[in-house]
Amino acid sequence: MKLLSRIYNALIFTFLYAPIVVLIIYSFNDSRNRVKWGGFTLDWYADLFQNELIMESLWLTLEIALLAAVFSTIIGTMAAVGIYSMNGRLRSLMMGVNNIPMVNPEIVTGISMMLMFVAIYRATGLLQPGFLTLLLAHITFCIPYVVLQVLPKLRQMNKHMYEAALDLGCRPFPAFFKVVMPEIMPGIITGALMAFTMSLDDFVISYLNGGSTAQNLSVTIYSMTKKPITPEINALSTLMFGSVLVLLIVVNARQVHDLNKQKERR
Amino acid sequence: MSKKIIELKNIAVSFDGEPVLKSLNLSISDGEFVTLLGPSGCGKTTTLRIIGGFITPDDGDVFFDGQRINDLPAYKRSVNTIFQRYALFPHLNVYENVAFGMRVQKKSNAEIRETVSRMLELVNLKGFEKRSVSKLSGGQQQRVAIARALANNPRVLLLDEPLAALDLKLRKDMQTELKNIQKSLGISFIYVTHDQEEALSMSDTVVVMDNGEIQQIGTPQDIYNEPENAFVADFIGESNILDGVMLKDYLVEFFGRQFTCVDAGFAPNEPVDVVIRPEDIDIVEPIKGHLTGTVTNVTFKGVHYDTIVDFKGFKWLIQTTDYYPEGSVIGIVLNPEDIHIMHKSAYSGMFGDYSSYSEEFDELGDLQVSAEGILSAEEAAE
Repeated sequence: MKLLSRIYNALIFTFLYAPIVVLIIYSFNDSRNRVKWGGFTLDWYADLFQNELIMESLWLTLEIALLAAVFSTIIGTMAAVGIYSMNGRLRSLMMGVNNIPMVNPEIVTGISMMLMFVAIYRATGLLQPGFLTLLLAHITFCIPYVVLQVLPKLRQMNKHMYEAALDLGCRPFPAFFKVVMPEIMPGIITGALMAFTMSLDDFVISYLNGGSTAQNLSVTIYSMTKKPITPEINALSTLMFGSVLVLLIVVNARQVHDLNKQKERR
Repeated sequence: MSKKIIELKNIAVSFDGEPVLKSLNLSISDGEFVTLLGPSGCGKTTTLRIIGGFITPDDGDVFFDGQRINDLPAYKRSVNTIFQRYALFPHLNVYENVAFGMRVQKKSNAEIRETVSRMLELVNLKGFEKRSVSKLSGGQQQRVAIARALANNPRVLLLDEPLAALDLKLRKDMQTELKNIQKSLGISFIYVTHDQEEALSMSDTVVVMDNGEIQQIGTPQDIYNEPENAFVADFIGESNILDGVMLKDYLVEFFGRQFTCVDAGFAPNEPVDVVIRPEDIDIVEPIKGHLTGTVTNVTFKGVHYDTIVDFKGFKWLIQTTDYYPEGSVIGIVLNPEDIHIMHKSAYSGMFGDYSSYSEEFDELGDLQVSAEGILSAEEAAE
């Protein structure tokens, strides 16, 4: 029975990861042929970094991810504090509203935002599809993830702590930054990392909201596949897979570390 | 003890349409140790939070040293609070926790250092400056909370069930210590608790509350010896409460018998509640007794026996150092000063009958009260 379950597990992981392993191996293949192994090379990686189109969209992707992470973390943290101080029914309503973008099909979120941006552009001439719309879209879909990371930290906090700071003469804003912020910081950082990761590998929403001028890596790769594929794409995908993997491991490690710390406190 | 430092006038508060405080009036003198005592949900924590500035009353006025402070935010009030479960700042060490209030006021480092060390000495935590507060025991955290609040040099210290989370032995020690700190600083303490023994042993004045109203204000002796109504008599200590008729001054009738007593000022033939404390009752041979009854239950309590005695279907609790076995017939003698007379109130008939008394029942009741105490305090905090 145990053997059977192991085989089953092995099969699942094979199906999940075999394509990625193949992709990674072929990113080092010294041949344009996608079936034949022509020896080990790093040429595709070198080519990659000389490809202007790719490098440009890499910078754009990083810029968008960084800005989206910063803004969604600020907005998400404020939202979490607001939701935390609401009472029963209003709080569950807001949590529902917060969760919708996460369960909503990405294509719906993407199209609805695109339609809104286009409408605004038509009506006012503002928000021409491009960098800004792409950034706004990314901030929007990142916020719920930040809220979900920060809210539990607020709940774990001794709720009299903020009052204690006021009691000792601190005004409301400094009290928040001096006492509440340090307590929920782990949640804020994890939220920012998740937002960064989400933004980094998003395709559907970016494809619909970046216009023709702002293409992030996923969109660039997609457009490259329309022409004959070069193994450069393998190299690029390998790098993206690697960086997202590292980020996710960091997020997970933080959460495990946090859990252990909580157990210690009890 | 003459100047009024805090006055509450006609305070009313309700949460979600539920009245929590109904027209509460209370004044507290400078240097007084006042305890707000009552069961969970009686409004004692709410009263404290109004003084602290965390709840704004719907109606009525709060005065501090003669000034109306209804609209003064918590951070501008010269009162400090010790919160339930301490609410220390876990990211700061002991020194920085105590220094927090002074850092906000931008005091000089030298002054902060001097005050922190004085405060830590006051609460017996010298040498703990660099410790992380999350590594301290409950009692030590409690002391840090006291030092942190007192470092701000408050005129009034508010304490919200500060000892509830400590074990019995530590609680007793801290009671003495808090009382000593209060005496040496000479500031007012307003202390919230549901523990009647704590209230009696620490306070100058006890304020008994129930159902959003003050039932009685008085010294611990007044509260115990001259309870205002059946609720106070039952909540503070044990009481047998009987129906009686005040025939005239110093003469009361109950159980078909007339007793002389020390109370006066009632209308002739006014129906009253008669309180008899279980430790005041003298047991004698049946023929010599004013009343005779049958022992139905005996529980050993250490210092005394809790003896339940049936008098014509009404069961009394008598605390006696002598053992009378179940089923034995005894007589009791009541001296005039053992009998306390109260006006009838909304609480008449609700308390003071020990018919349903049993050990298991008693313990279960206590357990529920303490669990509810924590819950309701949390609710009130929200």
